[in-house]
Amino acid sequence: MNLELEGLTKVYGVLPVVNHVSLKVPAGDIVGVIGPNGAGKSTLFSLITGFIDASEGQVRLDGKVIGTLSTVDRARSGMVRTFQVPREFSHLTVRQNLMAAAPKQSGERLINLFLRPGRIRSEERAVSREVDAMLEFLKLSHIAQTPAERLSGGQKKLLELGRALMTGAQLILLDEPFAGVNPVLIEEIADRIRELNSGGIGFLIIEHDLGALTRLVTTLHVMDRGRLIASGEPAEVLANKVVREAYLGGTS
Amino acid sequence: MLPYFVAILIIAAIYVLLALGLNLQFGLTGLINFGHVGFFCIGAYTAALLGQAGVPWPLTFLVGAALAAIAAWPLGLVSLKLKDDYFAIVSLGFSEIVRIIVTSEQWLTKGVQGLTGIPKLMGFLGTGLSQALAVLGILVAVNVLAGLAKLRIVRSPFGRMLEAIRDNEEGVKALGKDPAGFKIQVLMLGAALAGIAGGFYAHYIGYIVPEQFIPLVTFYVWMAIIIGGVGSISGAVAGTLILMVFLEGSRFLRDIVPFVSEVDMASIRLGAIGLALVLFILYRPQGLMGDYSTR
Repeated sequence: MNLELEGLTKVYGVLPVVNHVSLKVPAGDIVGVIGPNGAGKSTLFSLITGFIDASEGQVRLDGKVIGTLSTVDRARSGMVRTFQVPREFSHLTVRQNLMAAAPKQSGERLINLFLRPGRIRSEERAVSREVDAMLEFLKLSHIAQTPAERLSGGQKKLLELGRALMTGAQLILLDEPFAGVNPVLIEEIADRIRELNSGGIGFLIIEHDLGALTRLVTTLHVMDRGRLIASGEPAEVLANKVVREAYLGGTS
Repeated sequence: MLPYFVAILIIAAIYVLLALGLNLQFGLTGLINFGHVGFFCIGAYTAALLGQAGVPWPLTFLVGAALAAIAAWPLGLVSLKLKDDYFAIVSLGFSEIVRIIVTSEQWLTKGVQGLTGIPKLMGFLGTGLSQALAVLGILVAVNVLAGLAKLRIVRSPFGRMLEAIRDNEEGVKALGKDPAGFKIQVLMLGAALAGIAGGFYAHYIGYIVPEQFIPLVTFYVWMAIIIGGVGSISGAVAGTLILMVFLEGSRFLRDIVPFVSEVDMASIRLGAIGLALVLFILYRPQGLMGDYSTR
């Protein structure tokens, strides 16, 4: 699934929070966006996924302009985001969180509960098996029955990744997957991302912290005050003088 | 005395059905429906008109329920995409519009004169105690079915999604599922239950006028579920019974307490219910039967 942004802009009043951002996430690639706090990274995600309407510019998914699609339809078409502050379903268990994410469930139509209970039961069994595999993959099996609100920050990030995967998404937008996560779990999450990527799933990852991200991505973009100030291979970008200034908070 | 108790129980059972509908909408889904009586009214008038035309009663109930649900659909469509409080206001307006329509469309509803001579439910048993008991029996059965339906919903993928929506609506959207779609379905089901309750009301009382469908009815149902506990079936039942006992019981109080006119007593009753409601919200917000969550 191929994502292209062209001149994407969001202006609040007179303040451009995201300012003419253009970038590409080719199918099956891992692309990173870094930048200091307040650079507009999360806003960029909200624009791409339709949580906020863009003031200007376009989002194209596999060549099709998706600006008029709702958030829900964008997610349905195979592009799913996570959040900087995880939005777990806190009263549901880890297992239920994952089950809720499975797409096209007959049991989510009220009328079917009374007309086709058999079909719903067999679908639930199938989803449940899928969730078993997902729990195994994310190494969350031991806390499957724990309410999501009791998870650590890192576990919640993993759970959100799992939920995105359960939808069958082909392009996943991760908002700071490593923030507030302990180093061991960071490597764990990074490994999972590599493994999924080798299976063809594309990623666009926002990160404030550089370490784990630069080792993961093929292309790195740097955002500062709403603009992309550098793009390219990670090593190249990090050597860039402008980037260093933005990151060290120096005056340019 | 017995016929009187049975009569109260029948009205209580009708209110329990209304409370179960609201319990699905508010307790399970968080919909602030202030227009419940509108769906009750649609069910009652539909059943009454069809009953007068000679349509047999199970059918009049079903058509009433269907029309109430169909009326809920556009209402949900326009208002549930907005925030919850907008829906509260829109639904209140809706129920008043329904009442004004049945008041003014005299060719159909006879306006303020109301509809009379609606066939009695189980009328072949006469008008005595056995008829009343039969009606009560059917009502209890319908309530049990509604309760079972609620349990099935809570334990289904649909119920799981309702809980997810309560926990985090944005998170649900991000997964490609539309919260409004789920809310509309619950709204329609709750409306259908209110419609059935309306059918029972019309066929039991035998006459209906627009004045019976004022917003106070909605708020009685709200009081019942707040007192009993908004999320649980037992709460809907307990809350309704307490409210009914109080409303009816206080009629007799007037015989004991001197120097209070009937009009005064009506006001005192409402004041006392209001006070009880405030005390419940302050000291037992989860209601008598407790527990907001239903899993």
